[in-house]
Amino acid sequence: MTEPDEGMTLIVKTIGRLVLNFILLFGIYIILYGHLTPGGGFPGGVIVATGFILLMLSFGRRIALKKFGDLAASLLDNLGALAFLIVAFLGFVGGYFFLNFIDRGTPFDLFSAGTLPLSNIAIGLKVSASLYGVFVALAIFGKAIVGGDRTGKGKAEGEPANSQEQKG
Amino acid sequence: MIVYLLTTFLFVLGLYCLVAKKNIIKKIIGVITMEYAANLFLILVGYKARGIAPILTKGASKTEFVTKSVDPLPQALVLTAIVIGLGTIALMVALCIRLYERYGTFDMSEIRRLRG
Amino acid sequence: MNHILPLFIAFPLGAAFLMLILAKLWRRIGGLFAFLISLCLVIFSISNIGKEPSIYRMGNWPPPWGIVLVSDGLSTLLLLTISVIAFLVIIFSLQYMDRYTAKPKYYALFMLLVGGMNGVVLTGDFFNLFVFLEIASIASYALVAFGCEHEELEASFKYLILSGVASTFILLGIAILYSLTGTLNMADVARTIGTKGVNSAVLFCTSLFIMGFGLKAALVPFHPWLPDAHPAAPAPISAMLSGVLIKALGVYALIRLIFNVFGLSSFISSVLMVLGGLSMVVAGLLAIGQDDLKRMLAYSSISQIGYVVVGLALGTPLGIVGGLFHLMNHATFKALLFLSSGAIEYSTDTRKLSLMGGLSQRMPVTTTSATVGFLSISGVPPLNGFWSKLIIVIALVQAGHYILASVAVLVSFLTILYFMKVQRNLFFGDLPAKLAKIKEVPSLMRIALVVLAIMCLAMGLLYPLLSSTVLNPARDVLLKGTAYVQTVFGL
Repeated sequence: MTEPDEGMTLIVKTIGRLVLNFILLFGIYIILYGHLTPGGGFPGGVIVATGFILLMLSFGRRIALKKFGDLAASLLDNLGALAFLIVAFLGFVGGYFFLNFIDRGTPFDLFSAGTLPLSNIAIGLKVSASLYGVFVALAIFGKAIVGGDRTGKGKAEGEPANSQEQKG
Repeated sequence: MIVYLLTTFLFVLGLYCLVAKKNIIKKIIGVITMEYAANLFLILVGYKARGIAPILTKGASKTEFVTKSVDPLPQALVLTAIVIGLGTIALMVALCIRLYERYGTFDMSEIRRLRG
Repeated sequence: MNHILPLFIAFPLGAAFLMLILAKLWRRIGGLFAFLISLCLVIFSISNIGKEPSIYRMGNWPPPWGIVLVSDGLSTLLLLTISVIAFLVIIFSLQYMDRYTAKPKYYALFMLLVGGMNGVVLTGDFFNLFVFLEIASIASYALVAFGCEHEELEASFKYLILSGVASTFILLGIAILYSLTGTLNMADVARTIGTKGVNSAVLFCTSLFIMGFGLKAALVPFHPWLPDAHPAAPAPISAMLSGVLIKALGVYALIRLIFNVFGLSSFISSVLMVLGGLSMVVAGLLAIGQDDLKRMLAYSSISQIGYVVVGLALGTPLGIVGGLFHLMNHATFKALLFLSSGAIEYSTDTRKLSLMGGLSQRMPVTTTSATVGFLSISGVPPLNGFWSKLIIVIALVQAGHYILASVAVLVSFLTILYFMKVQRNLFFGDLPAKLAKIKEVPSLMRIALVVLAIMCLAMGLLYPLLSSTVLNPARDVLLKGTAYVQTVFGL
């Protein structure tokens, strides 16, 4: 058996192990179907992040950080933001920043709506990594002030474009 | 009308909490309350009695959708405002942890090195 | 269609995130990257001067539905100020920030600050304005707390709470405005208000915005965060905050909304003039008693912002030119003074005026440049501060505000008074034994100081050139008021 500080009881660990995959799957579903159903990058990203937070709560920090370390979180966080900007820059292919340059396809198909799914994936990546990063920073290190706020801002940068496209 | 008054009440409650309480955690709660009152107001702006969710599904009639659905824009705005609020709150809490580390207290009246 | 406009926002934001990834491979990349990006921004903003007003449709959505970026005379002026000051401050930080750890994070936050400010200046959409405002504000909260010592944390927390309240007021104002007009595009809102007329709900919105943006600009009843927050930050950041942040987030947003969206009425004008006059006098008086150099500079910032607001709120062509010119000048000399204070702190490790003296023997370059800054802010003739204050005072006299004009002149004397005190305590007198071994600051820091000092002189002497290229187009934007609508929809 494990030491006392390594996570919670066996019951929690077993249930957590069972539920975790479904939580992640549901989060990814919400991200991928963001342009068709309620949801999108931000809610899906939050769900994915809660999955990892559950992992950390039930199994303790050592195992969770081995699966998804804080360095990886900050890297993915920045990559997500960059991916979003790249999608925006690719709009210059059609002549405009943020232009939806891919063929929109038929409505209600999974592969439709042009760049929207791509930006949703980027935002989902960003939000899940940064929320997990905030949790790690606040709960464990208690010191990473700069880490904590940087993530918040990145999302603020990612989201307006999201709302802008919903507006359009 | 009563809902707007309640929103205003919530806003003022947050402001009171921010001004009157000395504990910095309670001050943060005050700021959050104010923010959420503003968000609630924004959502209420888009409210429509007996409205439907602004999501177009396969096979739904477009005229019914246009006449009945609530305004989606405030919802998008509130989502963004919540995200921004989340960033601010994360920073506030991080600052609180650091302040506690330095001063050993959450009492704002004891955290007073700056004067003048 | 001007394709440079989105790059003003996208470049700094992209650089901030890319920098953090690349910094894991090579630690020094942050400074280099920030230098290159800010150089790019300076080139872009200079190339933007003199162009016709233009809009940029994000994603090719036409104005009332999509987000537009609007570039006219006023935003060109602010973009130029932001990018030039940011560039010089980056040069200064390259060596100054050696005292701190986590440099990539510093430069990333700096880039987010610049990106947010550029966004605020360019956007033509209310909610977008709020988002960029928050990006710049959150970056500035973190930068104020960058040192992580007692004072920094306390100042940052105060700033965060007050500024958070301001943001909430602004959000509430936007919500009410949306419920009144059903649109978020600034030009569309202006058009709707123009046809419906100004009612009490619009006035309530205006007051919410004056409260919110006034708090960000630190006008006097809303000022208490500034004298704590600006001195606590690292010196380059103080220069950015005092030099451009309070202007881009506070003054610019306020005048853009009041002149171009709501239309300036005599009531609003007099409210703003009272706030501005109060700021001048109260902050000027409070500055005299300070012993901390940076704290005194922070109070003097509030006082000078008072001049800017008074000039702009006057609403006459001369007053607006004076206000805008003083805005640019204040950015220059306040950045110079805060950087000088940083240089002095770098060499002597103290900010207390009573512990210093005789620095002119050891630090000739810093002394000279700081003296230029002091003379300029006090309004001594050939330098830029004199001209802008003169224009504001003349405009006040022309408009018949004799009391305010005499107050402006008196506060100018007050400014000379407290900077004379600083000058005597810092640079003249005997060198304390403790400071006998101090050295002049490194070369890059000196370059930034000298360039800013030369700019102070040049902007005073080359006023005609500046006024025809930058100031007059900006003045016309404000004078035409709600003709802003035609700029956005007519193109």
